[in-house]
Amino acid sequence: MSETELLLWIRGPALQIATVIFVLGAVVRIAEILLLGRKKNLAEARGSAVAGGLRTIFSRSVPDRGTLQRSTFNVVAGYVFHIGFFITLFFFAPHILLFSDVFGVSWPSMPTPIVDATAIVTIIALLAVLAHRLRHPVMRFLSRFQDYLVWLLTILPLVTGYLAFHRIGLSPPMLMALHILSVELLMVIFPFTKLMHAFTIFMARYYNGAIAGYKGVHS
Amino acid sequence: MSKDKTLGEALRRQGVSRRGFLKFCAATASLMALPPGMAPVIAAALEKARRPSVIWLSFQECTGCTESLTRSHSPTVEGLIFDAISLDYHHTLQAAAGTAAEAAREAAMEENYGKYILVVDGSIPTANPGYSTIAGISNQDMLMDVAKGAAAIISVGTCAAFGGIPHANPNPTGAVSVSDLVKDKPIINVPGCPPIPVVITGVLAHFLTFGSIPELDQLGRPKVFYGKSIHDRCYRRPFYDKGLFAKTFDDEGAKKGWCLYELGCKGPTTYNACATTKWNEGTSFPIEAGHPCLGCSEPDFWDGGGFYKALSMPTEDITRTAVYAVGAGAAAGVALGAMNRAKKKRVEKAHQKATIDDLEKDG
Repeated sequence: MSETELLLWIRGPALQIATVIFVLGAVVRIAEILLLGRKKNLAEARGSAVAGGLRTIFSRSVPDRGTLQRSTFNVVAGYVFHIGFFITLFFFAPHILLFSDVFGVSWPSMPTPIVDATAIVTIIALLAVLAHRLRHPVMRFLSRFQDYLVWLLTILPLVTGYLAFHRIGLSPPMLMALHILSVELLMVIFPFTKLMHAFTIFMARYYNGAIAGYKGVHS
Repeated sequence: MSKDKTLGEALRRQGVSRRGFLKFCAATASLMALPPGMAPVIAAALEKARRPSVIWLSFQECTGCTESLTRSHSPTVEGLIFDAISLDYHHTLQAAAGTAAEAAREAAMEENYGKYILVVDGSIPTANPGYSTIAGISNQDMLMDVAKGAAAIISVGTCAAFGGIPHANPNPTGAVSVSDLVKDKPIINVPGCPPIPVVITGVLAHFLTFGSIPELDQLGRPKVFYGKSIHDRCYRRPFYDKGLFAKTFDDEGAKKGWCLYELGCKGPTTYNACATTKWNEGTSFPIEAGHPCLGCSEPDFWDGGGFYKALSMPTEDITRTAVYAVGAGAAAGVALGAMNRAKKKRVEKAHQKATIDDLEKDG
């Protein structure tokens, strides 16, 4: 198999397989969670569950003072890499092309040097997060194989993407193939790991907020 | 033109001045990224070089590579250099035909055995020798025969270098490149569809000057010409970096000369000298003319997933797959959810309440 053939397979059939696993898996898991249903609350409502739920989806994005003081590193590094990942994924011109090809909508891209710098910052933040996980006795104790796997498959697209953009080490088609393949790996494990938090976090926040809202208290 | 004339004599006879010749040498030196001091060395070497015998074999090709070289506008110095080699066999250009032509090839081979340069354009069919023959000799047999006595082989064009268009899926003739068949000779790949004329003369000049082949990349291409990508040297690169793209061939962006990435430009993965050397005597190159790079100097460029599809786009219909997957996922999710509920009900039903009496009995 030549490099071009490999790249074509990765851009074609492999992407199809990854998409099926990713979409099907994620939808099944979300449907299952939603269909669990909730017990009817017989108590009289003292506030709006919906308003509380929606508010909490956003309010939980602001770290409370206690958490910020106790684990400043986690909050800061966590935010840096999540926002950085978001920027590189959604505001790099070639990525937007991919989304517009699949979803039919596009949006303005960010200048490549900014995305480039963001990718570096994100990679550094991810490395720092791993170092922290390994050095912190409690976090290390709590970490399982999956945590390291998820970390690896998150940083791989960033690293391969950076190498592919700057064309370091291998031929461009090979680097491109490896970059897309790393994303496909991420897509494949996504529904079966903690990565599902990208979807469930907002559901969980809504539930929490809705429970509090129904009771008429702040969540 | 007698065979033992030197290149210098041949050029002077054709009216190339000493000054023009030295200018060519200096340009060649800078083109090949050699220090300026090398220009006189090139001049001296070319001056003395015996016109090398070149045998040019054309296999499954379109003659575009030959056209590119011979039609390179009015006699340029490069063109004269090309005239000045002893092109002993080229079945499109030579006057002789039939048996006489083949005799010329055999004579040149015999006379210069081990010293001649073999230039090949076109791919070689392997599925059936009858797909392409010259004077009843299959391409493969002729290549292997001529390659045996060659000092070096120059594969001109993407077909000879990588299989090119005949090699494109589904490759009915089983076309392969020269390097797929010849393993024991130095091979210089000069891909392109067609390659830039000056790249060929540059490679020839290098061979004549140093008696060796230039430094090659992992695909056998001279690094001096194929060391940088089109993207790296593209004058539209600043627009790529700024995220300014032409969306169609006639929109505002296209008129302003913005980056053609979204129109399928293969510049980022294509290594060639077009952006610096340019075409038609340095007039322009495809991207300058408003068309995305096709990536013609790369292997399998014909099967690269569509000329007008951006590199980062999927080659198949992912949207339909995703929609089906959402549907299937929702159906499977509902089914699993229903099963979960049924199970919950069953468990609830099967649950036996323990009374105080039960506990006392056990105790």
